[in-house]
Amino acid sequence: MMRYFLRRLAHAFFLVVGVSILAFLFTTLAPGNYFDEMRLSPQIAPETLVALRTQYQLDRPLPLRYAAWLNSVLHGQMGFSFAYNSPVAPLLLVRARNTLLLTVTATLLAWVIALPLGVWSAERIGRFPDHVISWSTAALVVVPDLALALGLLVLAVRTHWFPTGGMASVDFESFSSFSGLHDLALHMTLPVAALVLSALPLLVRHIRAAVAEVLHAPFLLAAEGHGISRLTLLYRYALPAAANPLISLFGFSVGALLSGSLLIEVVMSWPGLGPFLLEAILARDIYVVIGGVLFSTIFLAAGNFLADMLLYWVDPRIRPESASR
Amino acid sequence: MEPILKVENLVKRYAKRGFGGASQDFLALDGVSFTLSAGATLAVVGESGSGKSTLASCTACLEKPTTGNLWFEGRDITQSSEIELRRIRPQIQLIFPDPASSLNPRWTILDIVVEPLILQGRLGRRERNTRAFSLLERVGLSADMAERSAVELSGGQRQRLAIARALTLDPKLLILDEALSALDCSVQAQIVNLLFELQDSLGMTFLFISHDLAMAAHLADEIAVMSHGRIVEHGPTMQILRRPNHEATKQLLAAVPRLSHTPWPATQR
Amino acid sequence: MPGEILGVLGESGSGKSTLAASVLRLLPSNGHIGSGAILFEGKNLLQISSRELRQIRGGRIALIFQEPSLALHPTLRVGEQARRVLAAHQSSPKNVLNDRTRQVFAQLFPQDTDRIMLSYPHQLSGGQQQRALIAQAIACNPVLLIADEPTAALDPVTQREILGVFRSLREKLGLAMIFITHNPALLAGFADRVLILYAGQVVEWGPAATVLDSPKHPYTKALFESLPTISAENEKNRKHKLPVIPGNSSPSSLPRKGCAFEPRCTLRMDVCREFEPALVKLGDGHIVSCFKYNE
Repeated sequence: MMRYFLRRLAHAFFLVVGVSILAFLFTTLAPGNYFDEMRLSPQIAPETLVALRTQYQLDRPLPLRYAAWLNSVLHGQMGFSFAYNSPVAPLLLVRARNTLLLTVTATLLAWVIALPLGVWSAERIGRFPDHVISWSTAALVVVPDLALALGLLVLAVRTHWFPTGGMASVDFESFSSFSGLHDLALHMTLPVAALVLSALPLLVRHIRAAVAEVLHAPFLLAAEGHGISRLTLLYRYALPAAANPLISLFGFSVGALLSGSLLIEVVMSWPGLGPFLLEAILARDIYVVIGGVLFSTIFLAAGNFLADMLLYWVDPRIRPESASR
Repeated sequence: MEPILKVENLVKRYAKRGFGGASQDFLALDGVSFTLSAGATLAVVGESGSGKSTLASCTACLEKPTTGNLWFEGRDITQSSEIELRRIRPQIQLIFPDPASSLNPRWTILDIVVEPLILQGRLGRRERNTRAFSLLERVGLSADMAERSAVELSGGQRQRLAIARALTLDPKLLILDEALSALDCSVQAQIVNLLFELQDSLGMTFLFISHDLAMAAHLADEIAVMSHGRIVEHGPTMQILRRPNHEATKQLLAAVPRLSHTPWPATQR
Repeated sequence: MPGEILGVLGESGSGKSTLAASVLRLLPSNGHIGSGAILFEGKNLLQISSRELRQIRGGRIALIFQEPSLALHPTLRVGEQARRVLAAHQSSPKNVLNDRTRQVFAQLFPQDTDRIMLSYPHQLSGGQQQRALIAQAIACNPVLLIADEPTAALDPVTQREILGVFRSLREKLGLAMIFITHNPALLAGFADRVLILYAGQVVEWGPAATVLDSPKHPYTKALFESLPTISAENEKNRKHKLPVIPGNSSPSSLPRKGCAFEPRCTLRMDVCREFEPALVKLGDGHIVSCFKYNE
């Protein structure tokens, strides 16, 4: 088991390293740099620009810059942001925390709603309740995330139940901890709703398909013949047997925790990683961009790794040491 | 007379992909040798895991043995090139144990029988269909069933179809790997009669692999008993039944369920 | 009867599996029980509530299918599967359940009990899988075990083992059994009584020795004659064609009224086409459903 664990870990590690190199390459090789904007301003002399560039080491060869960046990562700083004049890491961490607040809540909620819905739908496959669910998930899939988010904003504007964006009210600092939490929750509701609604259809359909396939298996009939109750049959016999494709899906969910919410964050003015990265890309604040990509990749690799380990734990048939006769 | 099939010291090893270190190889065949005369029937019996199915697939040229030689009609097929094998394979046909999974359920019966002829590419369309129809008649499936799909057939009918398909290329040797095990008793009798007919009219040679010793004894001229990848006893049918030598043979004889209360010849002194 | 082994002999299409599934109302959604009753311990199983039914399933009556590799849950250890069956019927504390599970497994696997209990189905051989399935079935000490072709997927040596297991269960636990098979030879020396099914109808039944040695119904007789038997007397029959029953038993070829076997029967008479044969008692508990014996 240890060998499998270490192999998967090594995979994840090399993935992250590889991506960091590629990200570095692509962003630095893209034409232009941060200071190009300033060239347009007649007040700044060209020499100042050259001096600035040298100061920020933008003229040194690529491998050396990569090495320097790597060094900075190991020191916990992840490079330097030109726009904000500060190391990249603390900036990213704050934004990432904000994003995770949304996505973790949304992912958990989505799975908690999708599982029973999918199982219930699979049990009644081909009948009326299943048709209702199929049609509504199909409808949701068709609606673009953007429209969903905007629709929810319209709701907020019309009803005044929810704030129309942002993460905190203006006088957030003066709130007590409880009302601060309440304020946060109110602000979170719409973005989380948008995320859940956009993720739900995919999850429900996959769960339904996986469970429906298992429901015809002989071992379920045999267990029913032994007197196992319906609920136990569904959740402790059928679902575990259908788990394999769902675990991969779960890994994907985890992997998308940092990257999936960009659009929603931008539309709802949530100060997360998404808008921050967008800004940095437009301004060519390269170290921020590389740092953001690296963060996302780490989550993706972690999601994959998690899925692999979960699969190992759940399905004894794929374990090499428990080979069949 | 030259035997149609000669197997010499066949060894088949399956390598287990271990995580480096101990290679737990599985020895399916551990030096199997026998000869088979044309027009005869040899039954290979043994319990699960004795290597019977591996023997079937090696003899049918579906797998290459690890070491050992296989002679078919005097030619060493273990040394043959792929081109030569392509000519030889049609002459050795294999019938699988499970009729349901060896036939494509989406195809019609006619399609299934015609397919080998299409792959062989020698006959035109009309000739192929004619031959297919005549084969279907021969195995007892009426021609008007030709347009039905394979799923609609019963187990016995499916095995007949499998036999028809196997006969399309005029094989000399038919290997039946547990071909009757999934069938009801009365249906087994029907298929066995068909096999007798084919042997009489076409002079085919049969290699009958099974764990049903009663049916094997009824069909075969000689019986070979396998255990743990080796042939532990081999001889004419009645001799094996009357005077079993090896422990595995005795076990098999004792285990076969019998309806009548007449004992096996072996216990009659 | 308690402690009795009833052998049900039927080929595919005879309805034997449907019969087995019907007892516990486990038919697929397109199956419908039209009429009749199944009486067990004074109750009609077709009319009891679902809660009572669930308690009976596994608790009083247990059902075993063929293909044990498919009837066991692929990702649960076999010991755990049996323990869950126990838990579904008793609300005892955990250690009591574990003890009882181990007890059951020790009966079926006298050696290596613990190792087998912790194994997954794909790690066990065919015979071991079948015994693990039996463990699940008898965990709650049912009084009746219905086994539908339990040895079909096994080779003869393992078959004999499993039959031995069933016999010892009857001796030690007084377990009654309905053993369903298509191979008559398996029932010799094993079943107490035998019942023959054809196309969904019972054609003959009675004490095993009587039915197996001197079958009376034309179908039964023809079936037994089509089996290969090797003995000193039959030696000349070797390599000769076996007597077969002409035609087949596919649903489309069944007559709509009258005796179901009539189209294939060599002894058929005109009346067989019109009416379903009545039951004729032949003495010694041997009953046959055929017009030939009415005279």
